[in-house]
Amino acid sequence: MKTKLTLLLIVVMALSSFGGMSIAQSEDTVNILFWQAASQMNPYLGTGTKEFEAAASVLEPLARYNPAGEMVPWLVDEIPTVENGGVSEDLTTITWTLSEGILWSDGSALTAHDVVFSGEFCLHPETGCTVLSQFDGVESIEALDDMTVKITFSGPKPFPYGPFVGFLTPIIQKAQFEDCIGAASLECSEENFGPIGTGPYVVEDFRVNDVVTYTANPNFREEGKPYFSRQVFKGGGDAESAARAVLETGEADYAWNLQISPAVLNAMEAAGNGTVIAGYANNVERLMVNQTNPDPMLDADTRSVWMEDNGNPHPFLHVPAIWQAMSMAIDRNTIATQLYGAGGVATCNVISGPPSVASPNNDACLVQDIDGANALLDEAGIMDSDGDGIREYMGMPLMVSYQTSTNAVRQNTQALIKQWWSEIGIETELRNISASVFFGGDVASPDTYAKFYTDIEMYTNGSNGTDMEPYLGNWRTTEIPGPWNKWGGSNVPRWYSEEFDALLDEMAATASAEGRIALTIQMNDMLVQNGVMIPLVFRASVSAHANSISGVDMNAWDSELWNIADWTRM
Amino acid sequence: MGKYVIRRLLTAVPTILVISFIIFAILELSPSDPTGNLPLTIPPEVRAKIREALGADDPFAVKYVKWLNQFFIAEPLNLFEKSFGVTLPGSEDRTRVISWATRGPVIDIIAERLPQTLWVVGSSYILGVMIAIPVGVFSAYRQYSIFDQVGTFLMMVGFSVPTFFTGLMFIIIFSVNLKWFPSVYDTTLVVTDIETLQLQLRQMFMPVTVLTLYTTAQMSRYTRASTLENLQQDYIRTARSKGLNERVVVSRHAVRNSLIPVVTLIALGIPGIFAGALITEQIFRVNGIGQYLIIAIQGGDLPTVQTVTFIFAVLVVLFNIVADVLYGILDPRVTYT
Repeated sequence: MKTKLTLLLIVVMALSSFGGMSIAQSEDTVNILFWQAASQMNPYLGTGTKEFEAAASVLEPLARYNPAGEMVPWLVDEIPTVENGGVSEDLTTITWTLSEGILWSDGSALTAHDVVFSGEFCLHPETGCTVLSQFDGVESIEALDDMTVKITFSGPKPFPYGPFVGFLTPIIQKAQFEDCIGAASLECSEENFGPIGTGPYVVEDFRVNDVVTYTANPNFREEGKPYFSRQVFKGGGDAESAARAVLETGEADYAWNLQISPAVLNAMEAAGNGTVIAGYANNVERLMVNQTNPDPMLDADTRSVWMEDNGNPHPFLHVPAIWQAMSMAIDRNTIATQLYGAGGVATCNVISGPPSVASPNNDACLVQDIDGANALLDEAGIMDSDGDGIREYMGMPLMVSYQTSTNAVRQNTQALIKQWWSEIGIETELRNISASVFFGGDVASPDTYAKFYTDIEMYTNGSNGTDMEPYLGNWRTTEIPGPWNKWGGSNVPRWYSEEFDALLDEMAATASAEGRIALTIQMNDMLVQNGVMIPLVFRASVSAHANSISGVDMNAWDSELWNIADWTRM
Repeated sequence: MGKYVIRRLLTAVPTILVISFIIFAILELSPSDPTGNLPLTIPPEVRAKIREALGADDPFAVKYVKWLNQFFIAEPLNLFEKSFGVTLPGSEDRTRVISWATRGPVIDIIAERLPQTLWVVGSSYILGVMIAIPVGVFSAYRQYSIFDQVGTFLMMVGFSVPTFFTGLMFIIIFSVNLKWFPSVYDTTLVVTDIETLQLQLRQMFMPVTVLTLYTTAQMSRYTRASTLENLQQDYIRTARSKGLNERVVVSRHAVRNSLIPVVTLIALGIPGIFAGALITEQIFRVNGIGQYLIIAIQGGDLPTVQTVTFIFAVLVVLFNIVADVLYGILDPRVTYT
């Protein structure tokens, strides 16, 4: 036994005598950790951020978003607008002109036919394209010549930047994917695992759900870039160990999506190896306020079902004093700093970003005001008449049920809010439901977010892009979920306002950027100031990079690796 | 014996077919949906189109027959063509088992992942058995000695402390504090010379140790119990009374007989190596078969889950036969007719 122990010790020492040396980073390789691994690299078939990010340093779109949410030309010289003639006066076409001299990594030239093909690839009904909604309203895509692409929409499209802008819809090479369109896309694993691109890196080796290795693209258009001759994109594991590998052991240079407890993350960052970075798009954690009556005593055709002209209203949540008091009682800053840390800041707006469209009109809610909330309820005559600590509205005690998905941060938020509401005489019953059921589409389940069988529910949502029209369209009257659409609508609070619908129609016909921003702010304020939703936290994407890497510019509107060609090691 | 093996193999065929049907039926009845994990922003019409493109909405029988055909006819033929470099007629029309999530052939992905699983889980299994047998035998021989007490305590710890805890502890000690071993397993590393071999051993150290601890704990308990039982048998007393020295009594008589149940146990554990170690693979990012299966289950990737679990089932059936045959070889009292 003794010899065995000695032997083991010798082995351990022999192995570790080379320690430090190889744990240290190799100078010219950038190591990226994604704890969700990429299952293939064709973004048009991608099922999550991991695939889009894996492809982002190889495949490029015509234009990207920068961290502020503004469009920057990428494979083109300028963004087409009505002013420069790139977008037609009637808003039905957009014409992109490619920059001169862009080569694919195999040395052939990028042409308009590649762009047209990328569109055809996604629009083909048998491809099973996952980003098809980016092509909403596209009637045709045609190449006017080798460098010019014209996209025609079936109607006026004030924001025609869905296709080929951002990392969801990059350009793929026609020559490579020509035989992979439609049903054949299933068979093309070689192509899907190693797309040829115009970006700074070329795929060297792809291992499903594991690791992608890249080498620098010799034909990249920018001289002397990228700085790193190799990129390793490793998947698997979990967020916490990914953070540890960057912040504590220094094995990786970049780790993505670190939604872990702020206390843990801060302690890791204190080791001094790396920096935690946050990028804000416009995801907001909010309370949805049920506008209809979710009383369990009602039958399936009535419970939480909206009726013409609000025929089935909530018994008390439509009373301004009540939902205003509920909002005032919440200390959003405590939730944000204690539970979200780098992952969020307090907000009072449904549309909190980009900064240009965030409304300045609702900031009063940032300060908790329990006394004010109590006073407001007292003034409205909503008192606790029977001395049980719960106020009554027209004889009905203010008891609310409040559901969300199962997740430590959400349950802690629930507990805090329950406490604050009890201080203003509102009793709360908490529920949490497994995310796969809560967000699932099972029509038979009573626990989905769309059925909304409680008074309050909480989750995060946000716009896909910087243009808010499709996102605001979520709260159109026709989007109210109910038995008639198999609970498939997106207007979950069941908000009904003809005025809001009219503003949406107005937005669909407004082309000027200023006009659209004004309308966005106006509609955001309507949603917040009518108690449809109570925004809580403006959530960020959190990542971390090693201190030895410079040039990282965290981007929540596009790929986090959007400027990887500019990353260097100090 | 030969007849027995052939008979067992033949009866295994219907068993395996029934198993494949049951696995398929369970997966089919489960509510998982290949588009269920897609972001909320993807509208239901797009989801329907994706399902259609994948063939996820085909009737049960169609899907099952398609899979049977792909797995039992197309894949073996492909393997044959690849290994002999010939092209059989109809090669073009043959469809392989394609994963819904990766849109690549499942078999290729398994082949790609098998090496790291075998390296890590396999070597920990061998190491575990090699440590467990002497420890178990010695514990039994010196029952209630200090060695036995300490051994039993350590084995109980190894058995009851979950690998996600030991794994994390190892990372904190060896990667974060001492910086001796990497916490991220590099699956692209190819062993070509002394230096890369060293790298490979270093990155294997932590996952292998964690798994070995567990295997050793389990196996040594069995060895100890079995040896204890044999040491009390009459034939041991006979051997001793014949005047044989203690060494021969223990190693020739007691240990040989005690190992019979242990060997079958070892054989039955071998399919588990191929299944990978779900948690340990995840902690150290080994990304072997275990991690692949988990991702496929979460993503509702039916062809992958079906293929991987089925291969696992086949291995279990085969090694059951192996264990039975071994039993006959080791124990003369058992005869097969």
